[in-house]
Amino acid sequence: MNKNISEQSLLELSKDGDKDAFGMIVKIYMERAYFSALALTHSESDALDLSQEAFVRAYKAMHSFKTEMKFFTWYYRILKNLFLNWKRDNAKFVNNSNEADEVLFESIEDAGYRLDRDYEKKELEKILWDEINSLDSQFREIIILKDFQNYSYQEIAEMLEIPLGTVMSRLYSARKKLKDRMKVYYEQ
Amino acid sequence: MNSDSQNRLEELIVREVDGITNEDEKNELKNLLEKYPEFEKELLEQKKLKEVSSTMKIKNPSPEVFDSYWVRVYNRIERGIGWIIFSIGAVILITYGLFKFVEALINDSQLELIVKVGIIAILAGLVILLVSVIREKFTIRKSDKYKEVQR
Repeated sequence: MNKNISEQSLLELSKDGDKDAFGMIVKIYMERAYFSALALTHSESDALDLSQEAFVRAYKAMHSFKTEMKFFTWYYRILKNLFLNWKRDNAKFVNNSNEADEVLFESIEDAGYRLDRDYEKKELEKILWDEINSLDSQFREIIILKDFQNYSYQEIAEMLEIPLGTVMSRLYSARKKLKDRMKVYYEQ
Repeated sequence: MNSDSQNRLEELIVREVDGITNEDEKNELKNLLEKYPEFEKELLEQKKLKEVSSTMKIKNPSPEVFDSYWVRVYNRIERGIGWIIFSIGAVILITYGLFKFVEALINDSQLELIVKVGIIAILAGLVILLVSVIREKFTIRKSDKYKEVQR
């Protein structure tokens, strides 16, 4: 297959059932898909499983995909629905305080940090991550999409199927809640 | 403060925290903060929070995860198709087998009528139960609040 083939053409071919073309689409989006699933599930193995299953569902539903849409926006809706089902089916086993939290984030290297400050910074990051995970799911989701995955407001609006104004107010509320929870640590 | 002003102020705070306000928006935010100074603290604290989160990222998994990612998706797609074909074949064979069994049962002159009726009743009961369960699944799906959720 021509390596320079556009994403649009790959999507058209995928709609016709071309597995190779769909494979290239998967390779383009697999990292974003995995990280999005990780933000939802908090578990590496579940994120892998769910994000892959969402691609399988997407492949089966490709005939209904409208090529004027962004693929990832459409995919994310499938992933989110799949996650809601998974959460409902595993309600007994889904734990809010996640055992794997410690391995789910890392610091971006900053040569300017002193060692003592570095320790404090890591502690603060750990606390922040824990507090993010304890937020309501709609607030946690929007914080992770914006602050950790750097999606634009418009992309978030499309992914969550909410108006742009709601994205802004929800993001404001989420940050406010998170900030209020973090206040006690800042003041120490 | 009316809700329009509040919404606008919140939007500008979000944009300022994300560092994407232009000059006009900065001036608008400044004016609004002069009018509603209680939000100034909120802005500063949210900025402080953003400073911490901007030095964090979600950890990458081991490289093998992405090396074999598509192969795993492909296998699932292939297996899904395999299961569909297998299920169709199984339904055809089971239906045919049941039909032949009932036919042989009816034609068996050595078997007593009461036994024939009993066996046919069990089979008919099983078919009705199966149809009932399938119909219930469809009914629940129609009224299920999760009907938009893909199974």
